[in-house]
Amino acid sequence: MNKVLRKVQSSFTSPFWAIIVPYGWLLLFFLIPFLIVLKISFSDLKLGLPPYSPLTEWVEQGVLVIKLNFTNYSFIGTDALYLFTYLDSLIIAIIGTLGCLCIGYPMAYGIAKTDPPLRIVLLMMVILPFWTSFLLRVYAWIGILSPHGFLNTALIKIGLITTPLTLIDTTFATILGIIYCYLPFMILPLFASLEKIDHSLVEAAYDLGARPFQAFLRVIWPLSMPGVIAGSMLVLIPAVGEFVIPELLGGSQTLMIGKVIWNEFFTNRDWPVASALAVLMLIFLIIPIAIFQRLQERQVRFLDAD
Amino acid sequence: MLTKLSPTLKTFMTLGYGFLYLPILTLIIFSFNSSRQVTVWQGFSTKWYRSLLQDEVLIKSAWVSLQVATFSASAAVVFGTLAAVVLVRLGRFKGRSFFGILTTAPLVMPEVITGLALLLLFVGLEQIIGWPKGRGILTITIAHITLCMTYVTILVRGRLSDMDRSLEEAALDLGARPLKVFMAITLPLISPALISGWLLAFALSLDDLVIASFVAGPGSSTLPMVIFSSIRFGISPQINALATIIITGVAIGVMVAGWLIHRKKY
Repeated sequence: MNKVLRKVQSSFTSPFWAIIVPYGWLLLFFLIPFLIVLKISFSDLKLGLPPYSPLTEWVEQGVLVIKLNFTNYSFIGTDALYLFTYLDSLIIAIIGTLGCLCIGYPMAYGIAKTDPPLRIVLLMMVILPFWTSFLLRVYAWIGILSPHGFLNTALIKIGLITTPLTLIDTTFATILGIIYCYLPFMILPLFASLEKIDHSLVEAAYDLGARPFQAFLRVIWPLSMPGVIAGSMLVLIPAVGEFVIPELLGGSQTLMIGKVIWNEFFTNRDWPVASALAVLMLIFLIIPIAIFQRLQERQVRFLDAD
Repeated sequence: MLTKLSPTLKTFMTLGYGFLYLPILTLIIFSFNSSRQVTVWQGFSTKWYRSLLQDEVLIKSAWVSLQVATFSASAAVVFGTLAAVVLVRLGRFKGRSFFGILTTAPLVMPEVITGLALLLLFVGLEQIIGWPKGRGILTITIAHITLCMTYVTILVRGRLSDMDRSLEEAALDLGARPLKVFMAITLPLISPALISGWLLAFALSLDDLVIASFVAGPGSSTLPMVIFSSIRFGISPQINALATIIITGVAIGVMVAGWLIHRKKY
């Protein structure tokens, strides 16, 4: 009896449970769902719930037949609108990422050069908007950019313009929204790598006669590269699939893939096409995601190595 | 202090922080506007806060969101911590690098894809094993746990790696069982990461619109879903009032958490 009890007890303390619980969870609720998306992207649209036909069928004599249906993909391939949507999403996301980098780099650099008590306040001020509602931060820009919004009112009062500019429902507004919402994601990794730079290297560059710009270009910028890449990936990847920002700020003229998947799914109720679009988007994103993962792994391995 | 920075850098930083905070400031100011017009100031009033309290749909959805966020943040802390301990402390095991990828992948996955994938899973599961019955608070919570545990894992992993291992080793040498060591030594030492992980998970769950929209069922609208549908009809001062309440709450939360985490460091 005692033996059994001890066995039960030791099975609870063994690392087996520590592995199986999070691992099992992620397998079931993260990996398997993607396999299902892949599967459904190859099936037909059907009326009813769920609105797709089964992929595998048991034919007589117990033969399992797998029907791979490429119609969804060929449908997407023949409609140029989808191709343009993918390209537009990528271009908008890249411009947004560059915008974040241009605004975020000087800020991260300034924070890294500030001494601790104030530095923490400055960092917290970067993190704070990131914690407040994403949706409400996008909403704030509707009030600013709309025809009778703050920006147009202010510009008319100054006398720069006489009639309101069309700012809302444009691709410009979408890019602005992306820069605004994802700026903290850029600043934090940038700060982390800028903070680690050994200042004596910069001083050595100055001693050797480098001008500030040269010292930046030859020493600081290359050393901050891991932060630049990590920050850019953290902005680029979610920005490509962004739904809320193009929906609220982009209007009908801005087509982004996240919005198209949403509409295929909720408005057209075409789950197979939505799945195929999602699979294609993942293929698009696999390279940036792989870069980010490798960087993340290398950094963590460096940490784990004690 | 700031004097070290060049004037150009100071200008950049002022503009940057202005860019981050001016839109939020406009939200707060116009929540006290007496006019329905969100952009024209007509006098101070708190009537939008009062009308907020009478909006039953909004209050019900806020309650749903709070429930989901509390449950999913708590579960995410447990699962995320376990995953971090496995990655940092168990050394090499078969499938470790795959596990590492799996724990960070939800972080970079576009929300639309995660939401779609989870919904398809829930629909499929319901067909095959009859669970989960329909969609609602349960499915939103499961989706949020998956999303949030990634963030917890990253925070706890960093903390565990920074930690001095000699305390754990000393306890083991003195004959404490591994579980006891974990409970008595490791957990208290990583508690700041657990607190910030819980808060981050809570905030993320409270904030999520896209994933929740996919996996929610009728009658289980979360707060962001209700806000989103009302924003689609145009701007309203009531949403500004709600934004002010959320921002104030978050600001207090972040300051308390920041104080808790940094008070020992400096």
